[in-house]
Amino acid sequence: MAIVSSLRSIGSRVINAVWRIGYASRFFMMTLLYSGLSFRRFRLTVREIFFSGVMSLIIILVAGMFVGMVLGLQGYETLKRYGSESALGSLVALSLVRELGPVLAALLFASRAGSAMTAEIGLMKATEQISAMEMMAVNPIARVVAPRFWAGVISMPLLAAMFSAMGVFGGYVVGVVLIGVDEGSFWSQMQGAVDFRHDVLNGVIKSFVFGVAVTVISLFEGYDAPPTAEGVSGATTRTVVQSSLAILMLDFMLTAFMFGE
Amino acid sequence: MERTTLDLWVGMFVVGGLAALVILAFKVGNLSTYNVSQSYQLQANFSNIGGLKAQASIKSAGVLVGRVTGISLDTKQYEARVVMSIDSRYQFPKDTIGKILTSGLLGEQYIGLDPGGDTVMLKGGDEIKQTQSAVVLEDMIGKFLYNKAEGGK
Repeated sequence: MAIVSSLRSIGSRVINAVWRIGYASRFFMMTLLYSGLSFRRFRLTVREIFFSGVMSLIIILVAGMFVGMVLGLQGYETLKRYGSESALGSLVALSLVRELGPVLAALLFASRAGSAMTAEIGLMKATEQISAMEMMAVNPIARVVAPRFWAGVISMPLLAAMFSAMGVFGGYVVGVVLIGVDEGSFWSQMQGAVDFRHDVLNGVIKSFVFGVAVTVISLFEGYDAPPTAEGVSGATTRTVVQSSLAILMLDFMLTAFMFGE
Repeated sequence: MERTTLDLWVGMFVVGGLAALVILAFKVGNLSTYNVSQSYQLQANFSNIGGLKAQASIKSAGVLVGRVTGISLDTKQYEARVVMSIDSRYQFPKDTIGKILTSGLLGEQYIGLDPGGDTVMLKGGDEIKQTQSAVVLEDMIGKFLYNKAEGGK
């Protein structure tokens, strides 16, 4: 009997997961379809950019600075062995622009802004604000979900760019100002190694994709959360876990596409 | 529609993000040295290109003048066909020699152009006739050992 019931529970989990994927896809399509309002009344989107983008600014800038400083220190220690400290600039810049900037900014964004979005929408649902909107013939997807989606998609590349720029500055502070790597070779090696189209633009594309993934996951988790206190807290946790996994998996795939030969 | 402080913050955020992108493009990246428009294509056949890759640099007298845009195998002569994109500010004589060189002992490979004395310049689509292949370390060691063995007899 135990075998039958465990088989049954596996089956129901699988069916449930597929069901959710289908529902999430439909939710994503609906969000895109009803996006008109978030541009016609751009004020709605601006408000959400403030809450998800501007409020994440401090953590992004500080984290970027420290990541760059760590890269500067560790990179210097390793490069020193091969006598190529002057390549520190290209090491710091390439690792930030290609990988760490988009990925870490997206991870921070998921835990800072994504979880807030999930909790907000989940609570709106639990307190029946979503149903109230439907009663007033206001489409909650157009009014609540789509502006948050576009705010996330707009904010994410900007945050990642600021993260990378801050990181390069942190690497500069540690490498050039504190350790004393030659400033000219630091910048010129960096400019020689970082290609605008190949590295910087691909990083922007990455952060854009992460922005879409994180906001869709957070909004869907909020929208699909059971309308209880427990349900909302579970949904918030799932948002952070799933968006982090999604970011790292997408990053691997995008890297394989972009930089694999 | 009134202006609010929220708009100001969002405006500052967007401007900051775009400024960061500009910094990445010009200070970190190579957009400032990017010559987008003018370049012309040259071709060259090498009997062995070693580890040359697409996007490798092309230098003349140490100055970067272009990049390798394509590498393929020419099945008529079984030689490597390299397509180069050269900055059109720089013109090279018809009898220019193309060599595959290595920067440093273990560095990446690039193409060095040694200009000749011809008065006719290479135009887009032309071919560099005289080329010198990459030095393949294994071949060199093989030859060296072979010579040693010959000499020892």
